[in-house]
Amino acid sequence: MTITSAPAVDARKAILPSSGGVRGALSDSFWRKPKLLLLLMLLPPLLWLGIVYIGSLIALLAQSFFSIDEFSGLVNHELTLKTYRDLFQPSNLDIIVRTVTMAACVTLASIAVAFPIAYYAARYARGRWKALFYLGVMLPLWSSYLVKIYAWKLILAKEGILTWFLAKLHLLWLVDAWLSLPVVGGNSLSVSFTGTFIVFVYVWLPFMILPMQAALERVPGNLVEASSDLGASPGQTFRTVIFPLALPGIVAGSIFTFSLTLGDYIIPQIVGTSRLFIGQAVYAQQGTAGNIPLAAAFAVVPIVIMGFYLWGAKKLGAFDAL
Amino acid sequence: MRSDRRQSAPTGLKVAAACGLLFLHLPILLIFVYAFTTEEKSYQWPPPGLTTQWFAVTWNRPDVWEALSLSVEVACISTVIALVLGTLCAAAVSRTKFFGRETVSLLVILPIALPGIITGIALRSAFSLAEIPFSFWTIVLGHATFCVVVVYNNAVARFRRTSGSMIEASMDLGADGFQTFRYVVLPNIATALLAGGMLAFALSFDEVIVTTFTAGQQQTLPIWMLEELIRPRQRPVTNVVAMVVVLVTLLPILLAYYLTRDGDQIAGSGK
Repeated sequence: MTITSAPAVDARKAILPSSGGVRGALSDSFWRKPKLLLLLMLLPPLLWLGIVYIGSLIALLAQSFFSIDEFSGLVNHELTLKTYRDLFQPSNLDIIVRTVTMAACVTLASIAVAFPIAYYAARYARGRWKALFYLGVMLPLWSSYLVKIYAWKLILAKEGILTWFLAKLHLLWLVDAWLSLPVVGGNSLSVSFTGTFIVFVYVWLPFMILPMQAALERVPGNLVEASSDLGASPGQTFRTVIFPLALPGIVAGSIFTFSLTLGDYIIPQIVGTSRLFIGQAVYAQQGTAGNIPLAAAFAVVPIVIMGFYLWGAKKLGAFDAL
Repeated sequence: MRSDRRQSAPTGLKVAAACGLLFLHLPILLIFVYAFTTEEKSYQWPPPGLTTQWFAVTWNRPDVWEALSLSVEVACISTVIALVLGTLCAAAVSRTKFFGRETVSLLVILPIALPGIITGIALRSAFSLAEIPFSFWTIVLGHATFCVVVVYNNAVARFRRTSGSMIEASMDLGADGFQTFRYVVLPNIATALLAGGMLAFALSFDEVIVTTFTAGQQQTLPIWMLEELIRPRQRPVTNVVAMVVVLVTLLPILLAYYLTRDGDQIAGSGK
């Protein structure tokens, strides 16, 4: 709606006479200058997000180039790469590798658990069942994060429901055998990586189901029929038609599960071992250690990893599936 | 869907989907049972007995009430800020095409796309650099920032479905910009805004990761719960609070769903 030539402006004036009063004048000038209105609409949100959020991110980045004076414990406001050198100590690299491995495992497990739900909801559920499935995913998604973790603390506790249930089935030896394994094992499920892993999968699962279901819904049914008409077995149809078409949705879901696992520090703290994840390291460095520069440098790690992840996801077309 | 006939699903798929849904819901239901247990010291299952006495005990705990009221206040103010900023942004992005439009939507989504701990530590380092003391308002600052996106998502979806010709018709019939907004635009987007507002409220009410970085000594309800999870003082009280929190967040979500279910995009699919 831009007015380019002078006669058009005159015509517009004849058709739309000026309204009276301040309000009218304001309204008219918004109509004549849509750019002004646009600017006024964009200014408050951009100022807020620009100052509060982008400003904070820049502050974070700046902090990571400061260093901490080892003797006084005060932050030294001089640009240096010392903090990054500290970050790449073997013990810190361990933390990073551990977190990324956990994020990858959680993502793969979420895909496996989410797929049947998303597939059923997208291709078979209709009407009332569809709504039920939708709410069935939405309610756990929005239920309190801490309550969900708490529920798993109850379940995984030694005297809790899982032990009771497995004892009824006479399967306790299975858990004991699993817990005696290195790395994934521990004293009980609630203080092992297995426990952390289960809780991660549980808490992030809805974030995987929703984009996956959206992608599966966009696979046209007649393509699936055409594939079977042309002699493909259901397995072949799945591998060569449905899966490739649903892949962007799966990648979109994996962005959430991966990123959320990378940054979480509460789940491994409540259900898990004493070995740290990136989030816990950030929290410990800024809190008890008071080393905000190192905390900031640690926080840059998930940003960089997610940067690469998002770049790869974009290539796979995941953003159209969000 | 085009020409597909309805067939019933393979049994294996049905079982796997049902198990998945049970996996999602059973743990939350378990909370409801534990709120009534008579066991005080451990997480024993099955509960040795059932009682309602912990509701009365929780009711008389001032620390729970303080945390609850702080959470509600923070959530209300953050929701109002998010409603204003999110609607403005959605209106600008959906009505016009302008240079940098993609960047604006990316900017809105970023606070929720990056892990919460980054938002948290970023705000924290900004506060420390600017020497801003922690207060009620530092909590609100963080919450409003990530609540904008849910309002924005809902409003954008609704603006997309609202035809621009209605606005033109209103103007042609002599309404000025403000009247058009009041009588044409607002009624059209009202339910989407309400839904977005409820989701923003639920998001803020439940948020803990960013809050641990932006709150000083004050305890919101999630922070209170986190304390109880790390250093349990009275487990039955935690059980009752957990159940109440589930119920309190359930209502806005269900309402948001019913307000937007006729649309092609339903509220809440992007948390």
